[in-house]
Amino acid sequence: MTPLSSCLMLSALLFSVGFAGVLMRRNAILILIGIELMLNAANLNFIAFWRYGSAPEALTGVMFVIFSIGVAAAEAAVGLALIISIYRHRKTTQIDRINSMRG
Amino acid sequence: MTWIVRNLWLIPALPALAAGLTALAKRHQRRYSAALAIGAMGLSFLLSLCAFSQVMLAITHGQPSRQVVNFPWFEFGNQWLKLGWMLDPLTAIMLVMVTFVGLLIFIYSTGYMAHDDNFTRFFCFLSLFAAAMLGVIIANSLLLLFMCWELVGLTSYLLIGFWYHKPSAAAAAKKAFITTRIGDLAFLVGMLWLFSQAGTLLFYDQGAGCLEHSALTAMVAHLTGIGMAASTGIALLIFAGAVGKSGQVPLHVWLPDAMEGPTPVSALIHAATMVAAGVFLVARVYPLMAAHSDAASALSATTALQVVTWIGAITAVFAALIAVAQNDIKRILAYSTVSQLGYMMMGLGVGGVAVGMFHLITHAFFKSLLFMGAGSVIHGCHEEQDIRRMGGLSKLMPVTFATYAVGMLALCGFPLFFSGFWSKDAILHAAMGWSISRIPFYLGSLGALLTAFYMTRQVYYVFFGTSRLASHHEATPAAHTAPPTPHESPSSMTFPLVLLASCAILLGAVGTPAWPWFDSFLSGEAPIFAFAGFLEHGILPVMLTSTLIVFLGLALGWWFYGRQPILSADLPDALEQLQPGIFRVLQNKFYVDELYEHTVIRWNSALATFSDWLDRWVWNGVVMTVSNLVLGLSWLARSTDTYLVNTSFDEGCNTVTTSGKLLARLQSGRTQSYLRLVGIAFAALVLVLIWSARS
Repeated sequence: MTPLSSCLMLSALLFSVGFAGVLMRRNAILILIGIELMLNAANLNFIAFWRYGSAPEALTGVMFVIFSIGVAAAEAAVGLALIISIYRHRKTTQIDRINSMRG
Repeated sequence: MTWIVRNLWLIPALPALAAGLTALAKRHQRRYSAALAIGAMGLSFLLSLCAFSQVMLAITHGQPSRQVVNFPWFEFGNQWLKLGWMLDPLTAIMLVMVTFVGLLIFIYSTGYMAHDDNFTRFFCFLSLFAAAMLGVIIANSLLLLFMCWELVGLTSYLLIGFWYHKPSAAAAAKKAFITTRIGDLAFLVGMLWLFSQAGTLLFYDQGAGCLEHSALTAMVAHLTGIGMAASTGIALLIFAGAVGKSGQVPLHVWLPDAMEGPTPVSALIHAATMVAAGVFLVARVYPLMAAHSDAASALSATTALQVVTWIGAITAVFAALIAVAQNDIKRILAYSTVSQLGYMMMGLGVGGVAVGMFHLITHAFFKSLLFMGAGSVIHGCHEEQDIRRMGGLSKLMPVTFATYAVGMLALCGFPLFFSGFWSKDAILHAAMGWSISRIPFYLGSLGALLTAFYMTRQVYYVFFGTSRLASHHEATPAAHTAPPTPHESPSSMTFPLVLLASCAILLGAVGTPAWPWFDSFLSGEAPIFAFAGFLEHGILPVMLTSTLIVFLGLALGWWFYGRQPILSADLPDALEQLQPGIFRVLQNKFYVDELYEHTVIRWNSALATFSDWLDRWVWNGVVMTVSNLVLGLSWLARSTDTYLVNTSFDEGCNTVTTSGKLLARLQSGRTQSYLRLVGIAFAALVLVLIWSARS
């Protein structure tokens, strides 16, 4: 049996890796990949708390995560579409060159 | 349960591991990737031999020959979805065939692909393919089989489009993927139906599997709305998947185009193993295909098996006819593969698992031999694929010629010494005794005649006469230097050829009527040796008939193409001179591609155009009306705003603007720096929380 804390540590590690990717990378696609990693860390937390929680037979955690994965898939599609559209306009996916939102 | 049964998963896992490691290799690590792929395949081959001997031992000791290992995959609601693998004679024989042929083709590829830049990528895909194919073979669950089946389709796509910079290869890859997907959709529906009927997708599970007696009786008894048994419907849907994968009419169009891939791929995937997966699938779910209610007589064939037989017989003749008029060396072999796959389906339909599978195994050996021979020819002729531009190669490439001739005679079914003769005879004999109709037998015989004819045509064009490679090169203005002379291929390519050629001859010995080892092995009995098998009802007449047919085909081929040496590449074909109209129809593959182009593809694009129109005019119109309405309203609001409210606020706004400008400097427009701030704040929060918890 894996204790809850190991699961949480793993998910924290995954989250940090994803977050570091989002912060450090310049390529929009790789940032999107980082976001996916962070999402999956959250999913892992759901599953872990469900599994070690008070009612593991109720399937709530699994349902939550399935929805979350579904939403994440849609989100990735939207994100990629955005990146493609940005690329068509600006011929780059380097995120630090895209600063038209500057005040 | 023995060690090998418990660890059967290692057989597909090893090539999968090799594929993974090769995927990480750098581009120039050629030796490493090839060694990894060949090593993994070799180990799998040894393990397969262990599995095979295990089944042999079980049979000789009279133990049950089928062993399964099932394990739960995941829980859904209160049901466990189970996967598993099994070892039975069918699995064992396929394992040995796939790993052996695969190993030889891997070795051959090191020679054939030696000059390719993407050598490591090639071996990565090949290993992945081998893993998926072996997974299909050992699967004890239709779901696991389907997953590996799709992986096989994916690798086939990747390998057909291996030279993706060629537009024709990219198009062929797409065509193969989409066409097989049509069949796979039906397969998926059939699988869901099967799950709803049987409640499990495991084939064998101590009496609870979907191919076992209780589930089959329930499915036969359950009638659908149109009065067809559920088992028939499911079997037909699964067969549709096999039709797509095995290139049967009407989904055969992708297989000839798939020859755009490298030749080792054509030999391994599109001749020996993947296309045979459809036949294997039908053999695997044979109990479902053959399930009939007790009321019906056991002798009459079920609807599903009748469909299998008819599709197979039609495909066998249809593809053989097209093959007569093709000029590309690999395309002829591709149509021949389609035709032989039709034979296998027919064999399954009329004679059961053993008849169809025997032809599958012998065909795998001689057809991969033919493809690799063709690859050797193409390699030797400097990427020339048109048989009209070859000729006279028998002296320049003696090893290739000898092995190719063996493969060709085995494919034609040359009597007594070649494996193709015995397996084809088994099919024809079973077709003759079919209770429904004699027509499949006549179609099969016609196909055999055509097979002998077009193979003779090909061999005369490629290996006899004078070399026409030179005349072609003189015609092109760019070639100033002397035309390149064909040369024999390196030993890494000829060695597998020789090994396969000996298999193509020897393999016939295991399925003769006198010693039906193959048949009894599949049904789990000990074989009996008796010459009396030849005297069994109807065998000798069939053997004589097919011998006559083969000699007739060879003679016709000689009459048209062998009597006078073919001198020029530009002369019309001998058959074209005789019957130009029919020849043109055959050369254009009965216009099936054009038919699809004008029906299915056109309907599809018409539908797309209609959707586009709907989107552009109807939905867009609604949206535009609403937006115009909103625009009008907002214009009203703006005028009130400008003339009534605005001026009084201007002063206040100016103040806000100046302060806003100051604050706006914080906003660099770079999302990542905002995120960084959030990260720092978060870290600070965590630190504060930890600190406050301590004190």
